[in-house]
Amino acid sequence: MEAVPTVYLDHAATTPITDVAVDAMTARLREVGNASSLHASGRRARRIVEESRETVAQALGCRPGEVVFTSGGTEADNLAVKGLFWSRREVDAARTRVLGTAVEHHAVLDPLEWLEEHEAATVELLPVDAAGRLRVESLQAAIERDPASVAMITVMWANNEVGTLQPIDEVVRLASAHGIPVHTDAVQAVGSVPVDFAASDVDALSISGHKVGGPQGVGALVVRREVDLTALLHGGGQERDVRSGTLDVPAIAGFAAAVEVAVKQQAELAARLVVLRDRLIEGVRSAVPDVVLNGDPVDRLPGNVHLSFPGCEGDSLLMLLDARGIECSTGSACSAGVPQPSHVLLAMGRDAAAARSSLRFSLGHTSTAADVDAVVAAIAPCVERARAARA
Amino acid sequence: MKVVAAMSGGVDSAVAAARAKEAGHDVTGIHLALSRNPKSYRTGARGCCTIEDANDARRAADVIGIPFYVWDLSDRFHTDVVEDFMDTYAAGQTPNPCLRCNEKIKFAAVLDRALALGFDAVATGHYATVVTSPTGDVELHRAVDGAKDQSYVLGVLDEQQLRHSLFPLGDTPKPQVREEAAARGLLVADKPDSHDICFVADGDNTGWLREKLGDRAPNQGGEIVDEATGTVLGQHTGTYGFTIGQRKGLRLGHPAPDGRPRYVLDIEPVSGTVTVGPRERLAVERLAGDRLRWCGTPLAPGTVLDGPDVTVQLRAHGAEHRAVVRVGTDRLEVELIDHASGIAPGQAVVVYDGTRVVGSATITVAQRVPT
Repeated sequence: MEAVPTVYLDHAATTPITDVAVDAMTARLREVGNASSLHASGRRARRIVEESRETVAQALGCRPGEVVFTSGGTEADNLAVKGLFWSRREVDAARTRVLGTAVEHHAVLDPLEWLEEHEAATVELLPVDAAGRLRVESLQAAIERDPASVAMITVMWANNEVGTLQPIDEVVRLASAHGIPVHTDAVQAVGSVPVDFAASDVDALSISGHKVGGPQGVGALVVRREVDLTALLHGGGQERDVRSGTLDVPAIAGFAAAVEVAVKQQAELAARLVVLRDRLIEGVRSAVPDVVLNGDPVDRLPGNVHLSFPGCEGDSLLMLLDARGIECSTGSACSAGVPQPSHVLLAMGRDAAAARSSLRFSLGHTSTAADVDAVVAAIAPCVERARAARA
Repeated sequence: MKVVAAMSGGVDSAVAAARAKEAGHDVTGIHLALSRNPKSYRTGARGCCTIEDANDARRAADVIGIPFYVWDLSDRFHTDVVEDFMDTYAAGQTPNPCLRCNEKIKFAAVLDRALALGFDAVATGHYATVVTSPTGDVELHRAVDGAKDQSYVLGVLDEQQLRHSLFPLGDTPKPQVREEAAARGLLVADKPDSHDICFVADGDNTGWLREKLGDRAPNQGGEIVDEATGTVLGQHTGTYGFTIGQRKGLRLGHPAPDGRPRYVLDIEPVSGTVTVGPRERLAVERLAGDRLRWCGTPLAPGTVLDGPDVTVQLRAHGAEHRAVVRVGTDRLEVELIDHASGIAPGQAVVVYDGTRVVGSATITVAQRVPT
């Protein structure tokens, strides 16, 4: 088969690692040293970790001591959701309710479901509007029904599938009136929109390395010092005693370097991506007039284009585009390779057929106008084929 | 050609895909997701419907060097194969879901989708051979490896389906396919063959039917009656637990007067009566079937196949029976020169002329040899 140039438009799944991150990582890879060791090699490793922690803190607007390094976004979400639930319930056994949105990532939804099944938690997934935005009044009603029973609230900063930004400030305002801690999964937000931990007033925030130009397999939970968390991983107690495991020094170094650059260049990148994003949306719309843009048209991630193609299976479209070197996502979780209709689109009121007809194109720091134009040129014949395949 | 290789996660379909690629085709590997909830289907590595099987197929595609995708056909599979399976049992008959899957899923739903998406053919790991005659007619033949031959379960494919089918393993004995898989670095080389029915997780057909049929079961039990004497020999909890020719699991209270084992001769779904008798009463001399499928040019009503090489096969890996076959209007009548034993309505009769598959029908009547 002849090689086709790759048009990579799946940055929300993972974005190419940046040169600064590669340099920071590779500089450490040949060095010996466990950051917990007391000798000189250990101290050198520890120094890298602490400098990285300070870099991440500086970039995210938190104190260095509030950064807990993890193996990635999923672990950060698990630690926040379970850790906060357990510690809050330990203080007051009446705190058994957890409030979230129906459009959370599976790294939040599945721990919630687990708490419900194994820890007698009562999970309430609050509805979103047609754009995928939390209905704040439903959160208010859920809190006020019995504020003392709420262990925690978890609301993502930006949705990973349709890109809609959530009203975190309003969530925090409602929660803080009752002293309820708020966690936010900001994995898709950092580097794409301004994220300032202290200014946001959330209690815990998840971030992932490979979504911001860092390596895969590393991330962090930023959590306020005064918030107690129950540990998930027990062992050496390396990270504030809530997260054990030998620290992955090269990965942490690469992660910190990437976060620093991503945050520094956020505004510039966002401005560039919004132009490409809108060019992609308009271009596809002129090629396929009945295409539907999902999510909020304005209040969305600058790199997110989530589209439904009526009469198509997203799977067929993905395959046809892939054969032309265009890489995107159906945006649906598929652990077994068995695609399920997206819970996000279903929560937004779309039916299963509409959910299955969707594709997510996500732009990032390497995206160009040529990438966008390649999609616009390819989409109409692919849609035609995919429609025929479903007939 | 642009070819879709249906990859179950087993050794045969992996080698078939590799051979299709080696023959110069532009091959894309496809794993069929047939269950909405894979855990509810067979567990372990024996079937083709588990997460592990999907991963095996994906890994094989990597090794072969072809793109790989999962196609979700669970809705179609449920409607066309699982429901049909249950309906057939509910009617007191014995279905063959593998034939139905080939007819409705692999060489219909998958093929249609593939053609629409710009592919030319579907390749599978079935042991059978497609031949195009000098006059341009397409023919389906038995595989070289008689022990593995799967032409029986392909006897439902029509001319158009055959024209878009590739069976790259038809000329090779199975042990050689395993050796070839190993030589190609495919880790599925020593994976056990699949058996039984893929969607019955533990192989317990009766238990599965009891749970799934529920109110649709034709009966919740009935009497087991001796054919010769009319004596009630026992009770059972549902006719779907029986198939004609079955000997084991009857749990009869009374031994037969002659002390010989008894077999299921007849199943009456409405009354729930299961009739049993001695082995020789299972002998069948005539069959009738409907749902005719021709593997190539259809034969006109009135055609009689009575050549010396005409045979029928009545179950997967079953014996060949010499026969005279008369074609009616959506009806096939078969006179068995070599009598068959324990034939159940619902099963397929596949007609051969030598090694060539002529066509098939679904058995409606199995007429036993009179006493």
